[in-house]
Amino acid sequence: MDAIIQNFFNIPIMTEAFPFLMRGLGTTALLCLAVIPLGLIGGLVVALMMGTKNRVYKWALICVVDFFRAVPPLVLLIFIYSGLPFAGINIPPFAAVCLGFMLNNSAYYAEIYRAGIESIGAGQMEAARSTGLNNTQSMIYVILPQATRNVLPDLLSNTIEVVKLTSIASVVAMQELLYSADMARSLTYNSSPIVLAAGIYLIILWPVVRLLSRLEHRVGH
Amino acid sequence: MNADVPRGRWEIFVETFFRQDLIDEYSGAILQGMVVTIEIAILVVLCGLALGLVLAMIRAYRVWAINVVITVFVDVLRALPPLVLILLVYFGLPLVGLNFSSFVVLWLVLTLVLAAFAEEIFWAGILSVHKGQWEAARSTGLGFSETLAYIIIPQAVRMTVAPLTNRTIAITKNTALGTVIGVSEILNQATTAQSFSGSATPLMMGAIAYIVLFIPIVALGRWIETRFAWRRA
Repeated sequence: MDAIIQNFFNIPIMTEAFPFLMRGLGTTALLCLAVIPLGLIGGLVVALMMGTKNRVYKWALICVVDFFRAVPPLVLLIFIYSGLPFAGINIPPFAAVCLGFMLNNSAYYAEIYRAGIESIGAGQMEAARSTGLNNTQSMIYVILPQATRNVLPDLLSNTIEVVKLTSIASVVAMQELLYSADMARSLTYNSSPIVLAAGIYLIILWPVVRLLSRLEHRVGH
Repeated sequence: MNADVPRGRWEIFVETFFRQDLIDEYSGAILQGMVVTIEIAILVVLCGLALGLVLAMIRAYRVWAINVVITVFVDVLRALPPLVLILLVYFGLPLVGLNFSSFVVLWLVLTLVLAAFAEEIFWAGILSVHKGQWEAARSTGLGFSETLAYIIIPQAVRMTVAPLTNRTIAITKNTALGTVIGVSEILNQATTAQSFSGSATPLMMGAIAYIVLFIPIVALGRWIETRFAWRRA
């Protein structure tokens, strides 16, 4: 029992690491602020483009989306961060992380938006058009608000995944929360900083997971 | 000469990402990595889904204390990034005298994460089976456990196929996180070969290996999604 407290819940080490982890948390927050809107917008654009009548175009888009759903985000990240410089393309680390996450997240968000748009009956579009709105206006004012509401739990669930995903940026030396914690762990040879980081993730994400669980069960009925 | 420019770029591209000698040299290592990735993936999917289903069935008995434990377990594993768990288990357990290989740590963590998500999905499936099914089954003389096993679960599982497939694929891709603790899966083989050869070709080979493995699974998931669309009551 003593060994567990000593190695996982060591208060002096946690206190010492805390300011360091807070700085990491700042970077994590900054990453989220950049990556979540990028993914949401990218996904919406792809989903709208998928609505095209042109079948070749549509299948090409599905292939691209499936490509980015098949490649693990860490592989994509390492490829952009340490592969592209070999070809003379140098991207600053923060931009590399944003690009990798945007490509990956847009694919997931696009699938969610597409499901949402498909869940709205064709009659809605026809009714909107018959009132004199044009195609774009009907999409913006009639279809998308309903579609978004229908897939809100899925959007929220994916956003939680995105926040969790930012932790893998630590692998490419982005100094976010997990990187700071792992740094502190290797300096102190003690796992308490990682437990502290896990605690911080829990404090932020647990309420959202609870909310999501309620939303999902409500929609499930 | 305009024609020279694209050809020059193309050559740089091929030289960087598709060097033939390196492809020959490292394809064996990448293939070994694929075997490890497939092994972990199969173990995680089997154990994770089974554990998730068992937890959802236990939850159906609605014993208050047990359900609180299951809910906390599920919530914590859904809220924590898998990489945090991997580092915690891998570096933490040896400090209290438990030594697991990195392969076992990766398997254990991903299994628990998949079990948590699967439990939540199966539970939603169980809840979405109409109450009349319970009543009808019980009125024919089946006990609670028999009703759950023979009447409710078969219907619940069918309804959860689509969301479950997508979640399972996403978690299986997390096998790439094993590279951080030195599991010799595809990404690990690729980055090792990259640092030995000083070329990006092994990274490209690794990426292609993932695509070869996962594109069919993603396509299958897409098909399953239309075939077993989640029927909302």
